[in-house]
Amino acid sequence: MTIAQGQVVALMGISGSGKTTLLRLIGGVMRPTSGEVWVNGVCTNDLDQAGLYQLRRQMGMLFQFGALFTDLSVFDNVAFQLREHTQLPEAMIRDLVMMKLHAVGLRGAHQLMPAALSGGMARRVALARAIALDPMLMLYDEPFTGLDPISLGAIAQLVRQFNDTLGTTSLLVTHDVAEALDVVDDVYYLADGKMLAHGSPQTMRAHTNPMVRQFVYGEIDGPVAAQYPVGDFATALKLRKQCAA
Amino acid sequence: MLHRLSSSVSALGAQVIDMVLRLGYATRFMLLTLRQSTTCLMRPSLIVRELYYTGTLSMVIILVSGLFVGMVLALQGYQTLVTYGSESVLGVLVALSLVRELGPVIAALLFASRAGSAMTAEIGLMKATEQLAAMEMMAVDPIARVVAPRFWAGLLSMPLLAALFSAMGIFGGYIVGVVLIGVDEGSFWSQMQSAVDVREDILNGVIKSVVFGIAITWIALFEGYDAPPTAEGVSGATTRTVVTSSLAVLGLDFILTSFMFRGV
Repeated sequence: MTIAQGQVVALMGISGSGKTTLLRLIGGVMRPTSGEVWVNGVCTNDLDQAGLYQLRRQMGMLFQFGALFTDLSVFDNVAFQLREHTQLPEAMIRDLVMMKLHAVGLRGAHQLMPAALSGGMARRVALARAIALDPMLMLYDEPFTGLDPISLGAIAQLVRQFNDTLGTTSLLVTHDVAEALDVVDDVYYLADGKMLAHGSPQTMRAHTNPMVRQFVYGEIDGPVAAQYPVGDFATALKLRKQCAA
Repeated sequence: MLHRLSSSVSALGAQVIDMVLRLGYATRFMLLTLRQSTTCLMRPSLIVRELYYTGTLSMVIILVSGLFVGMVLALQGYQTLVTYGSESVLGVLVALSLVRELGPVIAALLFASRAGSAMTAEIGLMKATEQLAAMEMMAVDPIARVVAPRFWAGLLSMPLLAALFSAMGIFGGYIVGVVLIGVDEGSFWSQMQSAVDVREDILNGVIKSVVFGIAITWIALFEGYDAPPTAEGVSGATTRTVVTSSLAVLGLDFILTSFMFRGV
């Protein structure tokens, strides 16, 4: 799997297909048992903690529910990386934080605590925090989960917009087919830890593989069973009757 | 019968192995915390912030408990001493009981339930809500940024809280013994002054509270960091912190006392 610079790429697949694992491998949170992960010309397999941290300074990650630091205000959350990794004066940090918050439309919320934010607002603050150091690679872990349609559309637009304006490469793990296919350049479909399909959003919409079609069009009937594997219900009931007798 | 016995023995063995592994993991965690302490030692504001949460916010419970313990000590002590006509040494009894034993031990037990449980719950919830993972992804080591400042804050605040507990207890003893019962004020303070030794009594009490501070903070931080990232996991870890650190305090107190006061 190769992700070209400047692209927005979606990783799709049903739960348990290995999407988040792949994201963790790229971020160096997990080590591959076989194969290699290369990020910006650096193989992450054998990097020590210092090497990984050096690489992660060029990455940003948006977690599924934002993962904002609950003891810090919105402003301090966005300023966190700037304070930890740079020696910038506080006045400059303030300007940068306000710019990032303005970009996600939340400059007016800089004094709020995370507990006072709605789900969509928290996700946008987390996005501002993730892009604080203008990363070269953005990783999004289910960025659309649990959002109302307006927030969902706003986040999708921001993903595309930041990618294009900052010259970032973005990798999106998502289940939200309709929204994702509108903003991404390329799609990888994973199943059981393997890549099953790859192509542009148009290719994925017209794909002939039944598993891909079932996922893209959200069909109940298909190769992926909605029911968790279980024995025959009638047999189970009969057994229960015998026990009662 | 034999099968049941062997399965019980193997279950016990598995528990022992699990305990040893966990102890090893906790020791490694402690060493890593000490190694990563340079960040917070270079940025004391991180420790000061935690000192407020662990130390300052624990003061109310420590001061109130100290006052009542001192008052009860004076009441009970007077009842016993007066039968021998030795009520003038009431101040000595209250002061020695507090600075040697009750001050460090009760303050540590209260510290474990108030600050230790809060530390475990906070770190456990940070883990459950992916805040620690987010920090890792931002190339900031959570051990250096979250764990180490709390460790040093716990270590520093415990002896101060124990000292406050003892001081408040002595004040409580004074209220009951001198003001309410009528023990001579001069003998209450002068006997205390001549009997309490700085090195033998006060310093040993301080050493105890430092050791208790290390043990409680270590247990609390490890339990929080190691907690399964679920509501059940965090609640279990918080309970374990209080139980384990209370037992550790009592056990360590016996060991330290047996070394410190052998010749007294």
